[in-house]
Amino acid sequence: MSEREFNLTALPKKEKQRLAEAGIEADFTKREGTFIQEDLEVVHCKVEQEGLELLSTQEALQKHDWLKDYLWQCMSPDKDEYTKAVKEGPFNGYFIRALPGVKNLKPIQAALLIATSGFVQNVHNIIIVEEGAELHIITGCLTTPHISKGVHLGVTEVYIKKGGKLHFTMIHRWGKDVIVRPRTAVKVEEDGQFISNYITLGEVKSVQMFPVVRLKGKRAVAQLQSVLVAPPGSQLDVGGEVICGAPQARAEIISRAMTTGGQIISRGRLVGEVGGVKGHLECKGLILKNGFIHAIPELVAKTDAVELSHEAAVGKIAQEEIEYLMARGLDEEEATSVIVRGFLEADIEGLPAALQKKLDEVIEETSKDLL
Amino acid sequence: MKAVVQSAVPVDFHGVTNLLTYPLFNGNKGVNSCCGVRDMLKIEGLTVEINGKRVLNEINLEIKKGELLVLFGPNGSGKTSLLMTIMGFPRYKVVKGRIIFKDQDITHLPVYERAKMGIGISFQRPPTITGLKTGDLVKLCAHGKKIDMERLAEEINFSHLLDRDVNDGLSGGEIKRSELLQLMAQEPDLILLDEPESGVDLENIALIGETIKKLMGRAPTKPITCRSLKEEKAERKKSGLIITHTGHILRYVPADKGRILYKGKMCVGGNPFEILEQISKYGYQECIRCLNGNSI
Ligand SMILES: Nc1ncnc2c1ncn2[C@@H]1O[C@H](COP(=O)(O)OP(=O)(O)OP(=O)(O)O)[C@@H](O)[C@H]1O
Ligand SMILES: [Mg+2]
Repeated sequence: MSEREFNLTALPKKEKQRLAEAGIEADFTKREGTFIQEDLEVVHCKVEQEGLELLSTQEALQKHDWLKDYLWQCMSPDKDEYTKAVKEGPFNGYFIRALPGVKNLKPIQAALLIATSGFVQNVHNIIIVEEGAELHIITGCLTTPHISKGVHLGVTEVYIKKGGKLHFTMIHRWGKDVIVRPRTAVKVEEDGQFISNYITLGEVKSVQMFPVVRLKGKRAVAQLQSVLVAPPGSQLDVGGEVICGAPQARAEIISRAMTTGGQIISRGRLVGEVGGVKGHLECKGLILKNGFIHAIPELVAKTDAVELSHEAAVGKIAQEEIEYLMARGLDEEEATSVIVRGFLEADIEGLPAALQKKLDEVIEETSKDLL
Repeated sequence: MKAVVQSAVPVDFHGVTNLLTYPLFNGNKGVNSCCGVRDMLKIEGLTVEINGKRVLNEINLEIKKGELLVLFGPNGSGKTSLLMTIMGFPRYKVVKGRIIFKDQDITHLPVYERAKMGIGISFQRPPTITGLKTGDLVKLCAHGKKIDMERLAEEINFSHLLDRDVNDGLSGGEIKRSELLQLMAQEPDLILLDEPESGVDLENIALIGETIKKLMGRAPTKPITCRSLKEEKAERKKSGLIITHTGHILRYVPADKGRILYKGKMCVGGNPFEILEQISKYGYQECIRCLNGNSI
């Protein structure tokens, strides 16, 4: 029952392309496991490696009695109207767990797809990284190519136990009238690590998200990176908070936001609750054409002996940089795309190939557009 | 006030004949006349403004094929402005005059076209470009030409810095080497060097000097003894315009002629070493004062 199979390679080219742009590989052998949910239905759910569990949340709740102790423990369902809707409405989502000491070599991929126009997709994901385990997950949230309308409400609760490590990449690829409200909360215990990447490059009506990471154990680490591109007509209110609640916890929030006409609020909040923690926040924004960027970096220190810093810069491309490259023989368009690429990709490593290609396309189009 | 305009032959510079009766071109004159373009660069009556402020006034200048010209001048006299104008940066507005490069009027060409025609510049203060690795920029500079980047980087002691973002956190000396590395990949015919040795330690000055020599195509390809100096000079195809305050760099790449730029005016031409000596003995102001008959 828990193993369903679905052949992605048989999909029309356009759909495959779309999935690829959300980081989802059609060739499942390139992944340790694959989960695909269409609207609320799980159409594929299979994991190869021993010691890794991949189930739909509904199935997992039936299978593991103890799982209810994890449900809504990172975040309250009363947090806002969207979390309430997920709790009350019909929902699905994925449950991924790495047993103690298990490390997945290839990532597990999960696609959350809206395939019906106007569908309200309620998702509740639970990720558990047991002691000393290491998980790498790529989540692609998307609409199928012909769908422009929909609502995605996604609750994700993440538990990283002692010495565990989660590498979590989330990629959005929506239609232009989709409303997106992810709600993510993470608890990290002693020596645990949470490394997250969030990428949205394409159209969407509105995204609002602010994952909260609690570093509860000594030496716990969180790193949140986001690459945001807001095309005309889109509104992105995106950020994240890391609460450093144990000695020697370390946090880093890096965001690169670029607007080509859309509106971006780029938030970041670092909280130092105890002494001996360190955090750095970096918010960089690039405005091309008529966009809007509001960077809101926040530092909160509740005691002395915390070391928190931030760096925020918002502006257009420096003409001086363009001219510098032009002096090396690049025309204006080439120079612009080199600078935009540098801006977006700085410090972001290891993008899936198709996403890299999409990013290149976005950059190229944008640079052409500017002239 | 009268600006002194240099010409292709030594002229009487109002009394400073000790400096200026010196033969100008060390026999270079005419050697390239057989090879089509003789003048690499010719600037005629160039007047330039930045934001409405005049920074260059009626500049005339000629650089022949194979020739290296050194430009002296106190801070703020317009040296960088001249180089930036030759390169074509729009901030430097040409209000009068012409720039001729390889017999073509380039006064209104965009920067990248000039670069493609063979002009390259090493900046005095280049910008930082985050997210762009120096190594990747060097490849872009080569424009599809095959280059051995590792070897080039090694030559200029930059191998360990190729992965750094362009000019990001580089020391003064490292920035100069990064600039030259880009030029090595670009291989321009006219190189504009804005204080390539300022802030560079002695050991690296030698390295930079040798590199400029190579960029100028002056590093010996055959043993010197096989050729006369005249032959060697006749083979020189690349030209340069170099700004230096100290002249240290000239020990490694001897310049063919020198000029002083003072308050936006091109004042004097002559033997670069003698000009340097005069400047260090008497200072710019004194030097120019007597040139212009006390009329600054
Ligand atoms: N962007 C600018 N806006 C206004 N004035 C400028 C600008 N750039 C240069 N200038 C002015 O033009 C004049 C010439 O400057 P330039 O940089 O060409 O001098 P320089 O001879 O290279 O000096 P240095 O030896 O200090 O490098 C100076 O008075 C300078 O202040
Ligand atoms: Mg200067």
